[in-house]
Formats: sequence, C-alpha cells, structure tokens
Amino acid sequence: MSNSARRRIRGVAVLTAGALLGLGLTACSSGTSSTDSSSGSASDDTAAGAAALDAALEKGGELTYWTWTPSAEDQVAAFEKAYPNVHVTVVNTGGANDNNTKLQNAIKAGSGAPDVVQIEYQSLPQFVLPGDLLDLTPYGFADLESKYTAAGWGAVTTADGIWALPQDSGPMALFYNKTVFDEYGLTVPATWDEYIADAKKLHAADPSKIFANDPGDAGFTTSMIWQAGGRPFVSDGDTVTINLQDEGTKKFADMWNQLNEAGLLGDIPGWSDQWFTALGDGTIATVVIGGWMPGVFESGVPDGKGQWRVAPMPQYSAGEDVTANNGGSSEAVVKQTKNPELAAAFLRWLNSDQASIDVFLASGGFPATTADLESADFLGYESDYFGGQKINEVIVDSAKHVGEGWEYLPWQSYANSIFNDTVGKSYLNRSDLNEGLKSWQEQNVSYGEAQGFTVKTS
Amino acid sequence: MSTAAAPPTLRRQRRSFVGLWFVSPFLVVFAFVLITPVAYSIYLSVFRDRLVGGRSFVGLDNYAQLFADPKFWDGLGRVALFLAVQVPIMLALALVAALAIDSGRLRGSSFFRIAVFLPYAVPGVVAVLMWGFMYGDQFGLAANLNDLIGSEVVQPLTPQWILIAVGNIVTWEFVGYNMLIFYSALRAIPVDLYEAAAIDGAGSWRVVLSIKLPALRQAIVIATIFSIIGSFQLFNEPNILRTLIPSVISTYFTPNMYAYNLSFAGQQYAYAATLAIVMGVVTAVIAYVVQLRGSREADLR
Amino acid sequence: MSAPTLRTARATRGPRTTRPRAGRRHGSTGAFGRPSTRLTLVMVLFAVYALLPLAWLLINASKTQPELLHSFGLWFSGPFALVDNIHAVLTYDGGIYLRWLANTLLYVVLGAGGATALATLAGYGLAKYDFPGKRAVFATVLGAIAIPGTALAVPTFLMFSQLHLTNTVWAVIVPSMVSPFGLYLIWVYALDAVPTEVLEAARIDGAGELRTFLTIGVRMLAPGIVTVLLFAVVATWNNYFLPLIMLNDPQLYPLTIGLQHWNLQATGVSSDPIYNLVITGSLLAIVPIVALFLALQRYWQSGLAAGSVKA
Repeated sequence: MSNSARRRIRGVAVLTAGALLGLGLTACSSGTSSTDSSSGSASDDTAAGAAALDAALEKGGELTYWTWTPSAEDQVAAFEKAYPNVHVTVVNTGGANDNNTKLQNAIKAGSGAPDVVQIEYQSLPQFVLPGDLLDLTPYGFADLESKYTAAGWGAVTTADGIWALPQDSGPMALFYNKTVFDEYGLTVPATWDEYIADAKKLHAADPSKIFANDPGDAGFTTSMIWQAGGRPFVSDGDTVTINLQDEGTKKFADMWNQLNEAGLLGDIPGWSDQWFTALGDGTIATVVIGGWMPGVFESGVPDGKGQWRVAPMPQYSAGEDVTANNGGSSEAVVKQTKNPELAAAFLRWLNSDQASIDVFLASGGFPATTADLESADFLGYESDYFGGQKINEVIVDSAKHVGEGWEYLPWQSYANSIFNDTVGKSYLNRSDLNEGLKSWQEQNVSYGEAQGFTVKTS
Repeated sequence: MSTAAAPPTLRRQRRSFVGLWFVSPFLVVFAFVLITPVAYSIYLSVFRDRLVGGRSFVGLDNYAQLFADPKFWDGLGRVALFLAVQVPIMLALALVAALAIDSGRLRGSSFFRIAVFLPYAVPGVVAVLMWGFMYGDQFGLAANLNDLIGSEVVQPLTPQWILIAVGNIVTWEFVGYNMLIFYSALRAIPVDLYEAAAIDGAGSWRVVLSIKLPALRQAIVIATIFSIIGSFQLFNEPNILRTLIPSVISTYFTPNMYAYNLSFAGQQYAYAATLAIVMGVVTAVIAYVVQLRGSREADLR
Repeated sequence: MSAPTLRTARATRGPRTTRPRAGRRHGSTGAFGRPSTRLTLVMVLFAVYALLPLAWLLINASKTQPELLHSFGLWFSGPFALVDNIHAVLTYDGGIYLRWLANTLLYVVLGAGGATALATLAGYGLAKYDFPGKRAVFATVLGAIAIPGTALAVPTFLMFSQLHLTNTVWAVIVPSMVSPFGLYLIWVYALDAVPTEVLEAARIDGAGELRTFLTIGVRMLAPGIVTVLLFAVVATWNNYFLPLIMLNDPQLYPLTIGLQHWNLQATGVSSDPIYNLVITGSLLAIVPIVALFLALQRYWQSGLAAGSVKA
C-alpha cells in the first residue's frame, strides 16, 4: 500500500477530510474534487460543526501548538483565561525551516506532530497536497472568509477545502533611510527606473554604501516576480506548469539585471548581524520587503531609530499600482491530531478572535484581518521609530493592491532550498539572472517529475 | 582451584565465551543504534518515495541515478580533495605539537597542552560562528589583513577560497584532538627506553626518530583513519557557514550535505539512503586500505 | 615497532612501577637539554592560532547587543557588560539556559559515561580474549561508522519514533553510548598496558574474570579510560545533529541546540536578535569542558602514578 494511503488510514478524524482529497494521489483515492461538506446543502452541517467547536471548548482538553511567533505565549495565556478547561502547550520551533522539517518528520513518523502548527503561506501547498492538514470547512470556517483580505483567504484555501487561517500578511513596501537619502540628494523612487537611477547615483557618490541589498533570496525574488505580473507556478491537480521565463518573470529579471550586472547589489546575508549593523549605521539605504518589517526594525535595529521611512513599492510604469506579498504565515490543524474539534476551536480563536489579534498586534505583528487593517487607530498610528510617520497607511494601501492569481509550487520549500544553487550563481557572478532562473526551472522540473507530477513548461 | 591442571583447549573455550560477554553490551547498543538504521537504509535504497504515487520498488535505479548525478560527483570530488590536503596538514601539525609538548624542552608545556586542546572543546556551531565573523569583510580579520596589504587579496568566503576557509576551521577544531591522541601514545613509552638512549648518547632528534615516531605508528594510523572518515562525512562546518554564503556553498557541497538536503528539504529519503550506502562503502574501502598499509608497515619493521 | 626491547620494557612496568617521568622535566637533569626557545616560539604561534577565536569569544561576551553590532571584533568596546550578559543568559526566558545545562549534564553523564564503560569493557574483551568472530567485530564497527551519520539520521529517527522514543532523553543518550573510537583506543591500549601475565596470575589466585577486570584491568587502563572519557564527554557535550532531529521540546534541548535556537531568533518576521546572549552562552558552555580537562590532565602523566606527579 502506498505511503499516503497508509497515512490516511492511520490518521484520526480523517473521514471527512479524506473524502475532500480529490487530488487522485493514489490508486485507491476515493473521489473526485467535489466535496460533500462544503457544498450549499451542508450549511446545517457546518453550523453543527461550529457548535461542536464551542462544545469542545467547554469540555476542555490538552493541545500542543508549534510556532515561532513571539506573541504566541501571550496569546495562549489569554486563551486559557477565556477557556480555563483547555491547556495549550506552546513549543517554539525556532523558525520556518526547522518548523517545517520537524513537522515533516513527525508526519512521516506518524506521531509526534502538534495539534496546531504555524506554516508560512508559501509552504502550505506541500502539506495540503499529501493530505497532512485537517480541512476546516466542516467546522463552519467558511463564515470567516469576510474577515480576511482576498489575498490572505486565497492563500489558505483551495477548491477542495479550507486548510488554515491567516495570521499575518506581508504586503510589500519600500523602506528607505531618509538620512542617507537627504545626505546624498536622492529622491524617493516611484518607479523602478528611478530606483535604479538612485542606486547609480549613490554608488557614484560613495561606493561603500549599498542602495539595494540582495545576496540572492528566494522569497524576495518570488515576490518581485509576483509584482511584475509573472505567474511562473501553476498547479492543477497532479499537473504543474513551471515557467520562469514568462513575461512577468522576464520583466523583473531584466530590470533587476541592471543592478546585478552592474555590481550595484549588496551581498550582505539577510538576517545576519552584519545586516542588522548595516541597517543601523546607514550602510544599506533601502529595503523592499513585507509590511511586518517595522517590528524587525524596532527590535533589531535600535540605532536606526528616526532615520527610516516607508514609501509605496516602486512600480514598473508611472501610475501603476501593483504590489505583492512577501512572507507571512498562517496556522493550521494537523490531521494527526487526536482532538480535531478542540484544535479547530483553538485555531478559530487564535486567528479570528479580536482578543487574540490584539495581543498579536501589540507585539508588532502586521494583521491579515480587514477589520484591523482598516481600523482608524491602526491607520492613524504614528510610529516613533519612523519619525512619526503613519506607516500603516502606506502598508495597508499596498495590501489592497496585491496582484491576484499568484501560486506557489507544491514543493516550494525544496524549490527555495535550491534557489541559491542555481539563481544564486547569477548573483555571485553578477551575470544574467535569466540564466539562473532557467537553471532553477530545470531543477524544479526534474524534481517535479521525480516526484510523480506531470510537469509542463508553458 | 586446579586450573593449572585443566587441559589447554578447555581453558581457551571458556575464555572464548567470556570475551564475548565483555564485548556484548557494546555490541547490543551498537546493533540497535547503527546496524539497524544501516539495514533500514539499504532497504530504503531500493524504493522510491513520491509526493504523487507514494512508495514504489525500483531496484537498483537509485544507484544508477546516483552514479549519473553530477551533484554527487561534485561533492565527492570536493571531499576527496579536502581529504588529500587537509588531513596531512592537520596531522602533521598535531604531531609537531605533541612532540613539542612531550619533548621536555618546552617551557610551560601544560599551558600549551590545554591551549591547543581548547578548540576541540568548542561546539561546532560556536566555532563556525567565531570563524565566520573573522572571515567577514566588514569587521573581520580578513578585512584588516586586506587593509594592511592594500588590496583585496584575502577573501575567504569566495568560491576560490571557501574550501581553504573550511579546511582552516576543521583544522583549528581538530588539531587538539589529534594532538592528544599522539600525546597519550607518547606518554605510554616506557622511561627505560629513554634512559637507554641517553646512555647511548643519542641526541633529541635521534630519540624522536628512533623511539617516538615508531611508537606513534599505531596512533598515526588510527588518527588517519578517523580523519579520513571525518573528511568524507564533512557536514557541520560548511552547513553552518552556508547561512552566510548560500550561493557559494551549494546544497550538495559535500555528499553529507547533499544527503541531508535530499532528506529534509526534498523528502527524497530513499535516494538519500542510497547516497549514504555508497558513501559508506567508499569510506570503508579507503579506511581499510589505509589500515592495511599502516599495519603492514608496522609488521615489516 | 622495535618489538623485543619494547615488550621487555613493558613487562617490567606493571602496577608496581612508579617511575615518574618528572625527572626529565626539570631542566638539565634530563638527557635532552635545556628548554629550546625555537620550540617555544613555534608553540606560541600554535597557541595564538588556537586561542585567537576564543579571545574573540571572551571579548565579545563583554559587549551589549547594540555594541556588538558596530564595534571592532577583537577589542573591548562600550560598557563592560560581561556580568550583565551572564545574568541575562541565566535568566532569559525563565532560566531556560539552566534547564539546557542540566539536560546536557544528564546526557553527558549517562551518554559519555555509558560510552566509556561500554568501550572499556569491549576494548578489554577484544584485547585480552580470543573468541570466534573477533575480527569481524572490529571490521563491522569500523564499517558502520564509515556510513555518513546525517544520512542515517532519518532511518534512526523513524526507528525511534516507532518505539515512541523520539522527543525523550533516551533519543539522545542511547546513540551517544556508542563510541567506536573509544573501543579502538582501549583495545590498543589494553594490548600493551595490561600484560596477560598479570591476568593469569589473578586467575590462578582464583579471581573471576569480571573481578580481575574491575580490580586490575581498569586500574592499568586508567589513562586510556580517561582519554576516552574526555573525548566522549566533549562529543556528547557538543552533540548537535541527532538531538536536532530527535527533540522537539525546548525543555529537552542540550546547550548546543539551545544556543542555535537563540541564534535563529534573529531571523525572519519575528526577529529579536540576542547575539550577545548567544556569545556569552557559548562562552559559559565551554567552561565546564575546560575545567574537566584541567581536572583530568594529571592522568596523562606517567602511566600509573596518578596524582603524585606534577608537570
């Protein structure tokens, strides 16, 4: 018997979720894509499901929650206060990579997985596809759709089910060091052409400064391709199309090449102490990144206080307004859980109850819920760190213009792990990024085929 | 008890079981911790796991694929080169240090003993952290050296230098360990030999050549074998450095890293198991050859 | 090896030889002359090479997190914060560092202690006894460790999870108890250091094999055992990879994993760099090993007159 079939049988509470897995993974897959529980006639079922969650909260029990979100402990404390019969053990998994590895191991071993787990949006497909997560539709989660942005909801749902709830989002914006800009007479770029011009100007004035720092980062590159309109990854059941030379991707690569091939990109590794230093002492002048970055600045770059500002993400043509998401995670229930109702109930509270979200926001998180994104308080917040600027206005505006239709690969973690082997070389050699992207595509195609997918390239 | 009267064959038989008793606790844990996973790896290596389709039997396909895999050869070639250069250098340094400390002609030898040993006590993560800093081109020593020389000569974290940079870290970490092995062996040399040599009027170099080095032969062989195994299994140092320079150090930089990434990033457990078995065989063969040569020379003397 | 001389010399060593090698140490009474300045110079270079990164560690453990990020690495800078850092390390996150330290001690005592005991028993057995399959034993041991450990990690993990041993202390301790190098070291050492004649004498006196081992064998093997113990302690203390995949609960982490965990806190959306704690924590983690080494080093003086000889 194949592995995935064995897993399904071994799991708990798999029946409804199993029927929803219409992806035809194994010979004994039970059905096609239309599901029972999420069709209109089942609204009574979902109401019952939601009621079951409330009952589970009353009854109580034990849960394990894997996460690396700093506010998790506080959120759980608030939860336990509201529902004293439930005890949640928070395990800090130290970051997305370790989290995914541990989760993967536990799922493969058949035991040891948590009940609720944090998963980045880009890694969701690789857990959804083999059926590792619990479908939340039977518990009335469809009613929560209106709470989140379209992009956020789209990231956690497929045609076959609801697999997670968004926790935060990362609409991209341009963070720039105003002190450096003023010193060198740089204007805040509205287009990428202006951005490149600024870079050249800064380099000419002081080669030791870095206008744009990009040592080769899969997350950044995929987000930039997203903004440029590229849609290199399309999945349809077992068929995956990978085209890293589609129009949008080439648009990005050709633009970024102007910086890369001219040697204008800094190569300080992100998240290293060198990087934090460079952000604080004016070595790096801009960072184009997700909207959760202010929290990072505040905790990791105290020296930069007052120097940085936020601006909208540069565009390819003046007047356009398209952005992308960069990073961000959701939480999901693992299918292995022994108490699916309680786990789903906890998840529902964690990411949709205002009490929980307030705790999350207090620690500097950037919300995924429309209510918070549009609240007057949130928009009106003046950040000391950013010189009193109302940073959320800029970032929320970006959230409203995130390009639609983006998909990640069913094996995005793996794809990202080989990004530096391939595209990284183009960065290292300051050569044409398109070549590196082609190489990345080739390796992804062979991996996909080795994994049993039908892979097309156009 | 009249054991003296017991026939020799009986005594040898009794001893044969006793020997086994002494060895069995080790063997039991060993079988559990090493043999079973190895057996399981061999079993895994004839299957293939797919996201779509689950597990299927593929016979020797994985092996065929491995031998045609350029990433495998790239990593293997790299560790072979590393081995050929780093191991002799490290062992030579360790030998010099051990001989120096044992020579009796060194002031404060116990200080040097602990100083040279100390790097071994440092966890790999910390060692790479420290050297990563020192290699850095912002505040690192590399930067200062370059300023001194006046040009960008020293660039440890570039593709041309990275193997040397890693080799340096590994040498730094393990010189003390090997030094201690040699030093222990030197300490086991009976004093009488030295006194005999002194009477014969032998100078210190003569003593080194005729007494110390021969006594170290066994230790050198075993240190070489374990260094060879360590080199083929090189993983920690490049893997941790990789977070700083992911484009310079690839996911298949060493065979062990390749196996690790195959398993934990790519979920290709069966293929990783194949790689492990092949690497194990290669390493074992080379280690065995070294051991044969080492003991043959010892016998000839 | 120059066989005849060495063997006869060894035969006279036995447990009653107390000839110290101290005589050689004190200058010109030895046969090898005065201390050589050239040699001292060479060793000073060695010591600088070995100690420089550690000096970096010590110096940087005295800096605050902001100061760390923009000061010259090899000299002090800013307020001297060593004591503050140490305090922070020990109290951060509810004193989890102490928990990690306790875990590491547990793993080391049981793991390294177990490894030494098993290796000593087995090495002694291989050296002093003859039994069928003896050669196969060492060949198998060497063969199995030739296989890359990281690739064995997944099968080991799967095996342990079938037995519900993952995420327990045994997942770390049991694999640490195998020390093939220790086995080899004791084997080789026992071949020379424990003369069969002495064992024969004990047998004739009526002592059982185990008793002989415990009373005579162990004492003669002492320097070898101490070497194996030290290596096993260091290896278990610094064990990183297997605990990483076996353990999910931070309450069970050893220090190495814990420190890397803190290191990773700098990364990503919820970034909270605490490099100063990582560095100070690393410094503290080295101290016990150093102490252990200093305590054990007298065992490397002359073979058996343990404790009575100073370097």
